[in-house]
Amino acid sequence: MTFAQTALADPEVQTAVEHSQQQTDFWSLLFVLLLSTFIGLGVIARVSRLLHTPLMSITNAISAIAVVGSIIVAGSEYPDDIRLLGAIALFASMTNIVSGFLITNRMLKMFKQERKEPVQ
Amino acid sequence: MIHGLVQFSYILAAALFVFSLYWMSNPKTGKRSVTAGVLAMLLAVVATWIQPEVVHHGWIIIAIVAGFAVGIPLSRVSLTAVPQRTALSHAFGGMAAGLVGTAKFYLWFGEGPEQLTPFRVSAIVIEIILGFMTLTGSLMAAGKLMELKWVPQRPVTYPLQNVSNIGLLALAALLGVLLVLDPTGPWAGIIFPTIIGLSLLFGILLIIPIGGADMPTVISILNSYAGLSAVAMGFVLDNKLLIVAGALDGSSGLILSIIMCKAMNRSFTNVLFGAFGTVQAAKADAGERRYKEETPEGAAQILEQASLVVIIPGYGLAVAQAQHRVRELYDVLSKKGITVKFGIHPVAGRMPGHMNVLLAEADIPYDLQIEMDEINSEMPHCDVALVIGANDTVNPAARHDKSTPIYGMPIIDADKARAVFAIKRSKNPGFAGIENDLYFLDKTFMLFGDAKNVVGELVKKLSPDGVHG
Repeated sequence: MTFAQTALADPEVQTAVEHSQQQTDFWSLLFVLLLSTFIGLGVIARVSRLLHTPLMSITNAISAIAVVGSIIVAGSEYPDDIRLLGAIALFASMTNIVSGFLITNRMLKMFKQERKEPVQ
Repeated sequence: MIHGLVQFSYILAAALFVFSLYWMSNPKTGKRSVTAGVLAMLLAVVATWIQPEVVHHGWIIIAIVAGFAVGIPLSRVSLTAVPQRTALSHAFGGMAAGLVGTAKFYLWFGEGPEQLTPFRVSAIVIEIILGFMTLTGSLMAAGKLMELKWVPQRPVTYPLQNVSNIGLLALAALLGVLLVLDPTGPWAGIIFPTIIGLSLLFGILLIIPIGGADMPTVISILNSYAGLSAVAMGFVLDNKLLIVAGALDGSSGLILSIIMCKAMNRSFTNVLFGAFGTVQAAKADAGERRYKEETPEGAAQILEQASLVVIIPGYGLAVAQAQHRVRELYDVLSKKGITVKFGIHPVAGRMPGHMNVLLAEADIPYDLQIEMDEINSEMPHCDVALVIGANDTVNPAARHDKSTPIYGMPIIDADKARAVFAIKRSKNPGFAGIENDLYFLDKTFMLFGDAKNVVGELVKKLSPDGVHG
């Protein structure tokens, strides 16, 4: 048995490892939040003012990424009442995804540049 | 193997989401945005669904089908109804976050206290507070926008309103702290639902004092909350994709709120706690000020002489659904060699960009839709400013009258044009009861009536085959 293996077998070291894992996880999540907020602010600040309504409907659809959580809750081996909550959340997110992307698409198609003389 | 595949799909999805927003910077690349977004969402859904822990599929399929069944009609609403649709979808987003948070709490609660780490409980508390207050707040906003009878349209205020609202939120936060300290204690079973109830109540009370003119800001703020609740869900579920997508949504809402606030010269707290439009009710003592009325014929004659016409639309255009008539007006005027431009105030309408979407729907080219700062530099050369259903956004009182609640708000300088025509539904003062100085200027002529009819009349008089020839 190598030293590392003996060390891992020791229950105290094991909890320490678990503990540190949880810590790093939390901090890395915060990192992701910080960096993606900066990216978000940078990208959104450049969005054309003409498109603020479509922007809001597409970010609406994007934040319905909550489907990911809802699918897990609705589909895992959990008690039925908990899965039901997940299924309702899934329905709500799915509605946002479908209507959000469709209406964004519909609105974006309407924005046309000026044509001085109609070509056709 | 599957784990790696899932994570890889999530990373790809996150990148596609960023690109999706990046392409919104220009109407030309806008269409790619939707493709990227849909692709990202598809990847995320499939990657989640194939995970081994997902074993029950029936409810998932039902929920997805139901989502399509409700989502498709919701995407076909008329464009004047887009603000309420947006508010409704904020409500759905908040509800999803709140429900997943609730589900996770009870799941871990049942599995044992060791699952409810302080970190997880804090994240859940933040998620449910944000989620459920977004749910009721957005429903209230949607109700106000839909002008439902049982939702008060005017701002409702009562004594100690702000104190009690903040107290309510503080109480929910305090209970949250108690729950974090002792998540499985004897009171946890009561504390958790109480937090939910308080958040639901807070959402309602937060929106009750807010009037129609503040809706663009409020919708943006709710957008931000919906994003933040998704971020909190990401912390609860330890899922980085949720955090990225939520942060993108949150920062979008934040930027839009800042733009809206700047365009009204107000602060966040002022919008949320200011009860706009209630201050002014008693200022009707300025004496008999008279409007000058004009007929469509007279207006058409003056319009024909112009070389630059700037049309300034407001919420009244949306209410009257006048955008297609405005397009016809644009067509006749352009045919006569008159330059027509559209001056768009950032808070015109009921949500950010509302006017642009309506004008685009009527096929009005987007490079003629000019933002406030740019159009203001052209206003001194403008022959006719045609104000259609806009009010506060063209009120010169914002520049000098310190007693008006819109003092300091940047406006479109309609009063600098050589002549002003204002189309207004009725002779009563506007919704907020603020008198518009613009209407009483010597160069201003009022055209009373429904915007759609009045613009239609103008088009008729201006057409070569028109009545007056």
